[in-house]
Amino acid sequence: MFGKLSWAAIPLSEPIPLVTGAVVMLALLAIIAWVVIAGYLPYLWREWITSVDHKRIGVMYVLLAAVMLLRGFSDAIMMRAQQALAFHSQGYLPPEHYNQIFSAHGTLMIFFVAMPFVIGLMNLVVPLQLGVRDVAFPTLNSVGFWLTATGALLVNVSLVVGEFARTGWLPYPPLSELTYSPGVGVDYYLWSLEISGVGTLVAGINLVTTILKLHTTGMTYLRMPMFCWTALASNMMIIAAFPILTATLAMLILDRYFGFHFFTNEAGGNVMMFMNLIWAWGHPEVYILVLPAFGIYSEVVSTFSGKPLFGYRSMVLATMAICIIAFMVWLHHFFTMGAGPDVNAIFGIASMIIAVPTGVKIYNWLFTMYGGRVRFTTPMLWSIGFMVTFILGGLTGVLVAVPPADFLLHNSLFLVAHFHNVIIGGVLFGAFAGYTYWFPKAFGFRLHEGLGKLAFWFWLIGFYVAFMPLYAVGFLGMTRRMQHYDVPEWRPWLILAAAGAGLILLGIIFQIAQLVVSIRHREELRDRTGDPWDGRSLEWATASPPPAFNFAIPPEVSGGDAYWAMKQRARESGLQNDGRTYKDIEMPRNSPTGFVCAFFATIMGFALIWHIWWMVLLGGIGAFATFVAFAWRDHDEYVIPAAEVARIDHANLEQRRAALSLAGSL
Amino acid sequence: MADTTLGFAQGGSNNLRVRGASVVAYSGSAPKRIVTGYGFWLFLLSDIVMFSCFFASYAVLVGQTAGGPRGSQLFDLRNVAIETGCLLVSSFTCGLASIAADMRNQRWFQIAMAVTCVLGLAFLALELREFADLIKRGAGPTRSAFLSSFFALVGCHGAHVSAGILWLLTMMAQVFAKGFRADIQRRLLCFALFWHALDIIWVAVFSVVYLLGSAT
Repeated sequence: MFGKLSWAAIPLSEPIPLVTGAVVMLALLAIIAWVVIAGYLPYLWREWITSVDHKRIGVMYVLLAAVMLLRGFSDAIMMRAQQALAFHSQGYLPPEHYNQIFSAHGTLMIFFVAMPFVIGLMNLVVPLQLGVRDVAFPTLNSVGFWLTATGALLVNVSLVVGEFARTGWLPYPPLSELTYSPGVGVDYYLWSLEISGVGTLVAGINLVTTILKLHTTGMTYLRMPMFCWTALASNMMIIAAFPILTATLAMLILDRYFGFHFFTNEAGGNVMMFMNLIWAWGHPEVYILVLPAFGIYSEVVSTFSGKPLFGYRSMVLATMAICIIAFMVWLHHFFTMGAGPDVNAIFGIASMIIAVPTGVKIYNWLFTMYGGRVRFTTPMLWSIGFMVTFILGGLTGVLVAVPPADFLLHNSLFLVAHFHNVIIGGVLFGAFAGYTYWFPKAFGFRLHEGLGKLAFWFWLIGFYVAFMPLYAVGFLGMTRRMQHYDVPEWRPWLILAAAGAGLILLGIIFQIAQLVVSIRHREELRDRTGDPWDGRSLEWATASPPPAFNFAIPPEVSGGDAYWAMKQRARESGLQNDGRTYKDIEMPRNSPTGFVCAFFATIMGFALIWHIWWMVLLGGIGAFATFVAFAWRDHDEYVIPAAEVARIDHANLEQRRAALSLAGSL
Repeated sequence: MADTTLGFAQGGSNNLRVRGASVVAYSGSAPKRIVTGYGFWLFLLSDIVMFSCFFASYAVLVGQTAGGPRGSQLFDLRNVAIETGCLLVSSFTCGLASIAADMRNQRWFQIAMAVTCVLGLAFLALELREFADLIKRGAGPTRSAFLSSFFALVGCHGAHVSAGILWLLTMMAQVFAKGFRADIQRRLLCFALFWHALDIIWVAVFSVVYLLGSAT
């Protein structure tokens, strides 16, 4: 009846996941109870869960990423503590549990923190920057988000029902094959990523179509803000790379469920084919993550230096170059495969070449700051911290791109330090910069600056204290993923790294405090005009938070830095609203399709993991029926009357005019 | 301007005869039909990337027969030729259905779609018979890595055809119930693109798997 599922799946003998799971469940139940009792459920359902508004969906993506960041970070701090303790001893984590933790840490951080964070920011900002009213496919956007949430949910269910993979964040065969991993851990991994991968693909298609096909009058490609360009590159790579992940994991599923021989040791299976395929997705993936972050830095640096971005066209070219070269370097993840010196040399050189466009970008940001009136706000601090940190990470990357050096450092903690250096220093700092920068746009009030800066310094210093020692132990020969060790030279470094993780924890605590304090003092931090930073692109041309339709009248663009030009015109001739005529606006109606579909996908995923075949069928039929029901509806739009549009727009114009006369110079 | 600027705002008049719409690209957003078609093309490209992975793995594993049968000992080209015929003709009838939809002719649309459906089902029946026969002869997907990749590649195409038939039936029902509404016309456009793309992939399967496979 329930396939492989029985009471034995609840890990009663392992206190850590059980207690954690129980606490999380209690917290979740408490939140749900509070929402229901306080009567927020209809509001939540109407305004958020069924929302197809790109801004709401973007916020939900970022919220998902933030929650998963806490989960992924608690894994990190457990690992650092384990390695600090496990010298000549077993530490406090048994090997099978430790292996699940490092696997879950990587999976969560890449797929359910970094991905939803950048996709959420792109969703929130890109349509605003293009001056349009929504993305190309609003309902599909909601489906994409909820499928991502399904994946995250399944990974977290594995904490209390069954187990998670012990194979690392990429399930390398033959270890991940049924012979060596007979449990459901790898299946949890596979199905959560298959489901959330569909969500990511949908988001990618949606954003590429939006950027290439929707724009306001005059917004030509070379007038788009840099963030739109990097979002375009990143989402094109999603479309090209994520199907590879889907196919590769599908092959592993066939191996595990039906006894196929893609990656087995027997019957002619080819293990290295998995490595090739997974990294053909995996290397573009790191650029999928970091390119939007590059876009965020471009916006932030330009805004807070009070200058247009230096070398805009070279930045576009560099972005597109990275977009292509990213697909040509995958083999550097396994130089040790033994493909021969010629192959290794080609991939080594390609890996070094990709540093060139990245270098172009760094210089562009530096020259944007040069001669500008730089304001050292929190987003700017994250950007400068990024530049220093990312250069270091990039250089160690060029170092391991040299095949002979890589043979020495392969699978060592040097590598772990390298990719944390670029992913934390590149992607995460960028996500935090974007979060601070666009928070007032999303919610209508700024975040507390003092606490933000404190959080930044703890993160930055904590990062260096946590990861520089890992470079050192990597050189000393320590391989990654060790549950215990007996080399005394490593120990001081690992204790130092654990202290660094502690500093990062303080940084996270300050970030939470920043959010709480900012919500409490939201009236003082209120952004009344919609342009809190003296911004340059169109998202600042509308109110904070923007009305559902974003722009009462689609803005007309005649050059780069569109909003900056508008402000200059307003300075010269004052802010006019007499000539504005408003029209009725049609907006897409909310739809529970995404949520209901994800509900069935969750059932289906869970049933597949536990081999409950009737339930798989049920989930499949449910998901199909949901789509048919959606396709059958007759009214998919509602109308906001022109009078209402005018009222909302006039209110915002009043605020802006007041600010204009206050500032005088604006 | 607002009605052309909004991707989602559109009247019921957009049908297949909208031409030259992209000429005005920079005065605002593309019409909704262009946007939908463009998005679906992107999906098809991603689907083709996925198929290319299965093709690549087939190419890597084709020699790994683990002492089992090779392609030339298994493939029945006559059966494959009939399959190919079914699929290619179904693409033609699918094209007829598109024309009928464009003319808003309910009866011919339903007839053409029904024929497409029957041909698709015939293709699937032949494929399933081939699979069953292979498994009966001890040449199932678990026999060797070559056969694993064969069953995965051809089966993946078959799964797409099955999904396509489910979609086809849904579209028939929807046109019957709702007529040729603009949003339904857009879905028909996507369906037609999907069905033709499956044909293109089948041509590759036919050449790479069956023709080259029979030669070895």
